[in-house]
Amino acid sequence: MPDALAQPRGPTDRAQPEEMSRLGLTMYRLSLWLQSPRPYLMVVGFALFLGFWYLAVEVWRLPRFKEMPGITTVIKEWLSPNPTYGLSFHTAEYYQHIGMSIWRVAQAFFLATVLGVPFGLFLGWSRKFKEYVFPVFELLRPIPILAWVPLAIVMFIATESAIVFLAFLASFFATALNTMLGVESLDESYTRAASCLGAGKWQVFRHVILPGALPFIFTGLQISIGVSWFSLVAAEMVSGQYGLGYVINTSYMMVRYPTIVIGMITLGFVGYATSALVRIAGDYLMEWRVRELALAER
Amino acid sequence: MDLRAPEPRGGPAVTRGRILIDDVVKIYDPEGAAVMAVDHCSLDIAAGEICMIVGPSGCGKTTLLNAIAGFHDITSGTILLDGEVLCSKDKPKAEPGPDRIVVFQNGALFPWKTNLDNVVFGPVMQGKLGRREAVDKGRAMMADAGLAGVELNYPGEVSSGMRRRVEIVRALMNDPKVLLLDEPYRALDSLTKSVMHEALLEIYYRNKVTIFFITHDLEEAIFLGHKVAIMTTRPCKPKKVLTVDIPHPRDYGVLTSKRFRELIEETNDAVHEEALKAFQAGEKEG
Repeated sequence: MPDALAQPRGPTDRAQPEEMSRLGLTMYRLSLWLQSPRPYLMVVGFALFLGFWYLAVEVWRLPRFKEMPGITTVIKEWLSPNPTYGLSFHTAEYYQHIGMSIWRVAQAFFLATVLGVPFGLFLGWSRKFKEYVFPVFELLRPIPILAWVPLAIVMFIATESAIVFLAFLASFFATALNTMLGVESLDESYTRAASCLGAGKWQVFRHVILPGALPFIFTGLQISIGVSWFSLVAAEMVSGQYGLGYVINTSYMMVRYPTIVIGMITLGFVGYATSALVRIAGDYLMEWRVRELALAER
Repeated sequence: MDLRAPEPRGGPAVTRGRILIDDVVKIYDPEGAAVMAVDHCSLDIAAGEICMIVGPSGCGKTTLLNAIAGFHDITSGTILLDGEVLCSKDKPKAEPGPDRIVVFQNGALFPWKTNLDNVVFGPVMQGKLGRREAVDKGRAMMADAGLAGVELNYPGEVSSGMRRRVEIVRALMNDPKVLLLDEPYRALDSLTKSVMHEALLEIYYRNKVTIFFITHDLEEAIFLGHKVAIMTTRPCKPKKVLTVDIPHPRDYGVLTSKRFRELIEETNDAVHEEALKAFQAGEKEG
């Protein structure tokens, strides 16, 4: 249906946030968000979830749920200056674990981005390179990260590097694959237009391929940071000292159930924060896209 | 066939941009089943002429445009630009370059660059102008085309009609010999379209270049063109070449003139016949 595809893309004759600064644009989007019903629905969603947790564990004592730590126990433990099981907002150890996990993810994510983006760009750019490399890549990619654990420990004598390697590996695949798709899905008319306008091969790469693939690259980075946390925690549970995965695993072995939940919720928050950082970086680099979304009131 | 360059009003005669398409054949060979897209097609487009290529969707006219632009090769024949070979049997694919700029069907402004950065892209990439000079020239040309005020907007923030104008300005910044337009207005509603036609003519009267304009809209073709080539559907070759003797400059009054109606009547049957053939063949859009 080329006719449908050929419809004008944006709204016509409506250039509202045209003269806005970056901050202004962010505020504009924030105010749109606050005016919509979405934030209130979000609060309701949280309330329902936490309410169910409370009722299921502590009031109704449903089968399967009654062994779980209740919300009040967890919160009390979390806020206590003298936690029963040794981990709360008030203990330095809590922050050491968080810091350690963040540091590992940061290394893994950084390496995966620095290697994965150029690798993916090259895969999408050169058909020959892709023919050599992609089959191997596709064979390695589905191997679950946990299956890599023994090999990682053999390869890296130090546990620390092994953990970072495992977190890196999953990230790398996600980033490289999405970057490649970004290059491949770029409309041919952009590169054609650039060559009409006299751009050389490198200029096309720098001014067309790279910025054109950026939305896909950042989708890849969003996935990448997520799987990086996922494989990090898996690796920390298998081996390692410190880290949130380690906290969850040892608490399980030592029957400190509230601490398990503290570790899990902390992972949720830290993971969300790191993805938000990636999203902010993406918005910063793709102002054109943010503006288009703002015009579409999203 | 009348090969004289049209007399531009009040400007110097256009001396460059003559395209000679001589006996061009293009055979696609997907899965071994040869498909002839262009069949011994010959067409002479005078310097500074607006030549409209009319045919049903998928008839192979874009193939011809791609050959001139240098996106695709040809199987045999020759295409000359001002006497120089663009492509021939020995050199089947022309080199894309800023002397022949394409304005694409769905628009190909870079959405990640502001309108002004799009406009200065050509001269800056070629190193023909420094950024500052390019920006000055770009702003001036945008203002001439009624685009003052949207220089720092991104293409996604302006109307589709404006985007088309920005894209034409981006092309003209390179001082091309030929503009190749591939159904640039098909996505526009008819009101915007009529405004765009006059805007295109206005830009054309100021910057005389040869225009190779693909369309399937006969009224658009006769309204804009010095010459209208009605193409047969796959394989593509001129079925009828019409010289539009309505003098330029034209405006929308032309549409209701007697001569315009006569020309439409004269050619309507030929176009309809090809459209019917294309429909019966179940051609896909292309």
